[in-house]
Amino acid sequence: MDLLIEGLKKAIEMLISGDPEIFEITWLTLKVSLTAVLVSTFIGIPAGVILGLISFPGRRFVLILINIGMGLPPVVAGLWITMLLWRSGPLGSFSLLYSPFAIIMAQILVSLPIIIGLTCSAFQQIDEKMLLQIKSLGATRLQTVGLLVREVKIAILAAVIAGFGRVIAEVGAAMMVGGNIRGETRILTTSIVMEVSKGNFDVALALSFLLMSLAFFITFLLTNLQQRN
Amino acid sequence: MNPMIRLEKIQYAKKDRTILSIPSLSITQGEILGMMGPNGAGKSTLVKILSCLQTPTSGKLYYKNEELSVSRIPLEQRRKWAVVLQQTLIFDTTVFQNVAAGLKIRRVAKSIIKEKVDYWLEQFGISHLAKKNAKLLSGGEAQRVNLARALILNPEVLYLDEPFSALDYPTKVKLLKDFKAIIKNTETTTIFVSHDVTEIQFMTDRLAILMDGKVQQIGSTADVLNNPNPYTASFIHDMSLHIE
Ligand SMILES: Nc1ncnc2c1ncn2[C@@H]1O[C@H](COP(=O)(O)OP(=O)(O)OP(=O)(O)O)[C@@H](O)[C@H]1O
Ligand SMILES: [Mg+2]
Repeated sequence: MDLLIEGLKKAIEMLISGDPEIFEITWLTLKVSLTAVLVSTFIGIPAGVILGLISFPGRRFVLILINIGMGLPPVVAGLWITMLLWRSGPLGSFSLLYSPFAIIMAQILVSLPIIIGLTCSAFQQIDEKMLLQIKSLGATRLQTVGLLVREVKIAILAAVIAGFGRVIAEVGAAMMVGGNIRGETRILTTSIVMEVSKGNFDVALALSFLLMSLAFFITFLLTNLQQRN
Repeated sequence: MNPMIRLEKIQYAKKDRTILSIPSLSITQGEILGMMGPNGAGKSTLVKILSCLQTPTSGKLYYKNEELSVSRIPLEQRRKWAVVLQQTLIFDTTVFQNVAAGLKIRRVAKSIIKEKVDYWLEQFGISHLAKKNAKLLSGGEAQRVNLARALILNPEVLYLDEPFSALDYPTKVKLLKDFKAIIKNTETTTIFVSHDVTEIQFMTDRLAILMDGKVQQIGSTADVLNNPNPYTASFIHDMSLHIE
């Protein structure tokens, strides 16, 4: 019990005193996660729309891959990105390993399938008669997609929220490809792991508050966007 | 007589079952053609084929004597028509935006859209619902939105698949009158599917009886209702029972 109360006290002190390193870590976390989610969203939604609306040979196979990808263990994603960026790997010459960029790549890899998969299932559930209705109003293909996106807006934003949840919670891949380097690739999740392993529960608690606030704040914004009207 | 739309040897089959088989059918410019028949006769299928929302298995479709390639109808062509489908599918937005949808698709200027939507909401007695989310409407209110959404397009041809089925009687009577006046004034060629003899008698010039995917009888509405042929006799007789 003491441990918890002491930890809480110190954590609050640390947050109030405004330790610059903590804020640097939080800022990097925010930048990296948002970049990853934005990229995943901009690729994932169009891909999900195509996969949900257009049937082509091999579509079921792609769907299976996407569904497997939705449960891809982050450490596996980390392993793949590490091998890709390794000095002797295909992209080794760019020396991107242990950079925020590498973390972003890994986070895209774990969030993209979620956004594609959930967007796709939203579009597959659209009533075929809704397509007829839109067609009957004289819509072009692009206009049809635009109208449908508005119809399944809630499900699409749920996909983005789920993707963000995966990214902000993820630690295994970020550790592996980022290396938790102080001042460079240290983000909230990786530093919590480190502080706990050092027994610094107070610092870890402070960081966890920040992580949760961040998750809460972004999810709050997205949910508001989702539930508008 | 100027045929607006003409069908030739139209067949529609699904899994070896012929759902529709129409050797020929033409619809004259400005007329209101009624269509009746039992459930599953193929009325909705015919409406969708006529309005090019569905591609027939085989056959030809002419519009103002020009053949349309049924599988690839140009957008400008489809934009001359309006369809009220049997199932009312409303967009998840306000009533105003629902009625405006077709005009927005045609990139009509905002001020004109506002003016037209206000006019049509008024016509259908739903002005007070303009800002309401259309998903919350009652069945009859939604049906009126659906009608307004089609009529606002000022179409050359109007396809109506049981457009009044969910309306209460006073509303229906009032709408039918206004509706007929609008259609006649604008000389809109109209195809009107209904199960209601009173509606058909009041609205249509000619009547086609569709049974088992075939047009079993077609002629002036009064003539068909009064002089059914052996194929349509029992259907028309059963229908007439409840008007006596
Ligand atoms: N996509 C489809 N696949 C299989 N069968 C279909 C399909 N669409 C329609 N049918 C069948 O075609 C037949 C005609 O259907 P349609 O909807 O045109 O009937 P309808 O005359 O409009 O009936 P109702 O009065 O009930 O509206 C029905 O037997 C229906 O089951
Ligand atoms: Mg029908």
